[in-house]
Amino acid sequence: MDALQRRLGTLYAVPAVALLVLSFVAPLLVVAAFSTMPQGVFSLLHLPDFSAYGTLVTQGYWQSLLWSLFMAFAATVILFVISWPLAFGMAKVFKRFTLVLTIGVVLTLFVSENIRLFGWVLTLMKGGLIDGYLRAWFGGGLEGALYNVPVIIFGLVYVYLPFMLFPLAQGIAMVPDDARQAARDLGASRWQILTEIDLPLSAPGIVVGSLFTFVLATGALAEAKLLGGSAVIVMAAEVETAFTYGQDWPLGSALSMTLIAIVAVLAIFTIARIDLDSIMGRRG
Amino acid sequence: MKTGRFLTAALYLYGIAILVALYLPLLSVGFASISKSRYLSFPVRRYAFEWYGEALSSGTVADLVVTSLITAALVTLVSVVVGFFGALAFARYSWRYRKLFQKFVLLPIFFPQTVLGLALLMWFNAIGIVPSWKTAVVAHLVWITPITTLIIAIRAYSFDPALEEAARDMGCTTLQTLKEVTLPLLAPGIVSAGLFAFLLSWGNFPLSLFTTGADSTLPEWLYAKMVSGYSPLVPTVGMLSVFASALLLLIAIAIPFLINRARSTESA
Repeated sequence: MDALQRRLGTLYAVPAVALLVLSFVAPLLVVAAFSTMPQGVFSLLHLPDFSAYGTLVTQGYWQSLLWSLFMAFAATVILFVISWPLAFGMAKVFKRFTLVLTIGVVLTLFVSENIRLFGWVLTLMKGGLIDGYLRAWFGGGLEGALYNVPVIIFGLVYVYLPFMLFPLAQGIAMVPDDARQAARDLGASRWQILTEIDLPLSAPGIVVGSLFTFVLATGALAEAKLLGGSAVIVMAAEVETAFTYGQDWPLGSALSMTLIAIVAVLAIFTIARIDLDSIMGRRG
Repeated sequence: MKTGRFLTAALYLYGIAILVALYLPLLSVGFASISKSRYLSFPVRRYAFEWYGEALSSGTVADLVVTSLITAALVTLVSVVVGFFGALAFARYSWRYRKLFQKFVLLPIFFPQTVLGLALLMWFNAIGIVPSWKTAVVAHLVWITPITTLIIAIRAYSFDPALEEAARDMGCTTLQTLKEVTLPLLAPGIVSAGLFAFLLSWGNFPLSLFTTGADSTLPEWLYAKMVSGYSPLVPTVGMLSVFASALLLLIAIAIPFLINRARSTESA
């Protein structure tokens, strides 16, 4: 039986592994190779000179990188704070409302993020839903809500909410009620239960949720373009420009490689430390 | 542990507030799509459905819908088949590299989609494939197959391994066990994975951005229009895309319900 399990397991993994090697690993290797090419070439048949990385440093691209990292970090912290009470409610307090919330949040994932962000433009713009009605009802309006850094962070928070909420709720559900009850019986305050029981015991969910939001927000493009106008240029936008207007594939690749390196280090480091079987509930 | 009544009420209100905020932008798009004037401004004074007529009769929109539909259908088919076997390797069978495989499958979900799309564009260029909607299918698969694998794996975790063993002890071949036991047991997971795959592909923009070449999907076209300036067609086509997703969801929810009812009247 064990021999059969081993054989079937290996065999069934083949399609997924083949797909990912051909369309995930290989492309990333090509980007890595391209990033070392002399600037302005469109094939890999040149001697590597790493000049694109030099341009990346000297032309101030690090500013875009810092903006992307900063906004992703801010969005992650804000999301953690606003998702925690909701995730706690979903895991421990709500009954049927948990299902309503889950379905309600998942459904938004099925609407293209463009359309949802565009909806926020229509909501927040001058003469938009909020401004227009405030003006019509109270006279005063909502000025300058769009095209700045806070609104980009707001967009990131909005788009990546599910990626924080669901892992958090899963993490909190793993905290045994007995542990919380025992802490309370022993005289722990609400704050102590939070910091000494809830937060440490739901750490896997917190880590996965934060990783998801931070990594996805670092590579985000549409939020800054649609809501932010040209307030700041994010890393993904620099990558897009290098490939399209700039026609500089090695530079675009070098920019991508910095993003890929940050993501890969964070993701591999974290994923290596979590036990998926226990999170997803394996039996036997 | 009991939570105080006041805290419970506050949490419910908070949950409702978040749901409202999540759907507020769609409300704005909805209003914009039925506003009569060419230049949108709230409060909307005159309503009209003429933009819907224009969108529905437009050849461009029809082409975009067809491209997006075929892409989503192919992505669904491939990602569910690969995800079905992947989930069994992920959750069900004990084999040597299972833990490593779990982590490898998960990795693409954590990568920014625009970067994945770009990497694929360069890879296709390096091996001499001209980008079209077919290459976008591959791009969607990179991100969506891990998700279908995970969804089916959740189902696979919860089924009793003894059922497969029993089938085998009664003399079923591996193929028969797969078809008669494993497949029906995983069916609910397969259906929801398929639904996720289709809808995520239908609405995806960042993966399509670099990989469709001369073709364009619906979300891509919308993005291009949004960046280049307002057009009354944008909210209208956006709403149509939302309605299409909603319709598919309703059908998917209704079918099992109808089958159950048909069965119960049959047996009655």
